[in-house]
Amino acid sequence: MKIEIAGENALILYFGDKASPEIAAKIYQAEKLIREHCADVLIDLIPSYASILVIFDLFLCDYYQLKNKLHSCLVKLQAGSIVDGRLVELPAYYGIESAPDLAALAYRAQLSIEEVIRIHQAQEYRVYAIGFAPGFAYLGEVDTRIAAPRLATPRVKVPRGAIAIADRQTAIYPSVSPGGWNLIGLCPTPMFTTECEPNMPVSVGDRVKFCAINKTEFLALGGNL
Amino acid sequence: MNGFLVKQAGIHTLIQDLGRFGQHQIGLTNGGPIDKLAFSWANRLCQNVLNSSALEITMGGLELIATSATKIAITGAKVDVFINNQRKELWRTHTINSGDVIRLGFAESGIRAYLAVVGGFQIPLSFTSSATVCREKMGGLQGTALINNDFLPINALTKYDETDFTLNYQYRPTYSKNVVLRTIIGYQYQHFSSVAKRLFFSSEYTVSDRYDRMGYRLTGSKVKADIKGILSEGICHGAIQIPADGQPIVLLNDRQTIGGYPKIGSVIALDTAKLGQLGQGDKVHFEQISIEDAHNLNQLSACLFTGTKLELC
Repeated sequence: MKIEIAGENALILYFGDKASPEIAAKIYQAEKLIREHCADVLIDLIPSYASILVIFDLFLCDYYQLKNKLHSCLVKLQAGSIVDGRLVELPAYYGIESAPDLAALAYRAQLSIEEVIRIHQAQEYRVYAIGFAPGFAYLGEVDTRIAAPRLATPRVKVPRGAIAIADRQTAIYPSVSPGGWNLIGLCPTPMFTTECEPNMPVSVGDRVKFCAINKTEFLALGGNL
Repeated sequence: MNGFLVKQAGIHTLIQDLGRFGQHQIGLTNGGPIDKLAFSWANRLCQNVLNSSALEITMGGLELIATSATKIAITGAKVDVFINNQRKELWRTHTINSGDVIRLGFAESGIRAYLAVVGGFQIPLSFTSSATVCREKMGGLQGTALINNDFLPINALTKYDETDFTLNYQYRPTYSKNVVLRTIIGYQYQHFSSVAKRLFFSSEYTVSDRYDRMGYRLTGSKVKADIKGILSEGICHGAIQIPADGQPIVLLNDRQTIGGYPKIGSVIALDTAKLGQLGQGDKVHFEQISIEDAHNLNQLSACLFTGTKLELC
């Protein structure tokens, strides 16, 4: 692990230079340790693919003190075993009317639509990062056979709940927004809500598995077409 | 109801407190005042806690009608202020009576003014803060900038107080069109050659037409990193992102919390406050400082702020 300065009140911890389940598990564990041992000076934490940004109160501690604190609490990390997040199952309606890019993605991949759906569901994804918009979780990595580049022209309006693929990442749009990812289905579970806690069904470090549902189930779970 | 009716919302007026913290893990950014110093003075003049909700008025054009008696203070960008058509001074409190009309002209130097009211605007908190972030539809009255006919509730004054406070002229910030941005190198700085770094710290940059609360895009000498992109990672306030075109972007309060462009370092918050008062065509220089210097500057500035006494009018 390497610690770099990010800003006057921010340090960034690098755990590697590529995303992998091993690094994600380490970050998951490190985040918990930092929250526990540095709580008194912590303002915010941003875990991501291979790094954690630590934002601290510079009136309560300086950069050297924090660096020491981080080093001493993360010693436990190297010694400790690999800890995993929760497994969260999310329903997915892969109906063709809700998936404008599914046919094109299948054609490009020289697979049938059914195969694309089967491959997308077959795997457990990791929540590598949350950002871009409130509740937007980057899940990875999808099978190379169904990886697809972003659309040349992003859509002005992607519906809330849209399940999407970009390169080897998949995600669910938490609210209506512009977006350039390939839309392959709809998830009726709200990914971000301001009304109740927790505000998101997943956190960084959790694992996600999609389970196909039919239209009736989708509508019964509160989905909108 | 006690408060203010928004007669004219102005170009872009936002309810802000000091910002939304501890919510990055669900993707929420900070919001909060771009010029924290001017914002804090507005609240201090009103004898408020510094996190009280006040207005950030970008460019100007705001008109409010009071529905109860209170006091207000306006700080920040130089802008004409009229109460019932009488010209009033910035950086001091003014007594307001029910029915008074408060009107702001357009900013002449600086672009953001702050209007605080005794006790603060009474705005429900979303995720611990009233700060408006339009991109996230978060905070404020309905997650947007003020619109005409909005109503801004306040608490009625508990006692009538004739004393008005002012900040002495010598302590009032002035807003120039040429700002030095003190910068700590960090993040991917090792991916910029020593020539690239020297170029970056010796060149003058101009604020482009793309500047907002998310960030300021600058134009000037192109600086190239030896990598194109990085794995998306957390972005702190003031981070200087260098996209493929080599033109720096200084990221501010409403930035996205993660991103995949290389960053050469970060501007200290004392100076992003000055950057945020610039508009298109204004000039900046980056000056490299150490993190120790940054910490000292913050301590000094905090001492100066708390040590400066307000004066009676």
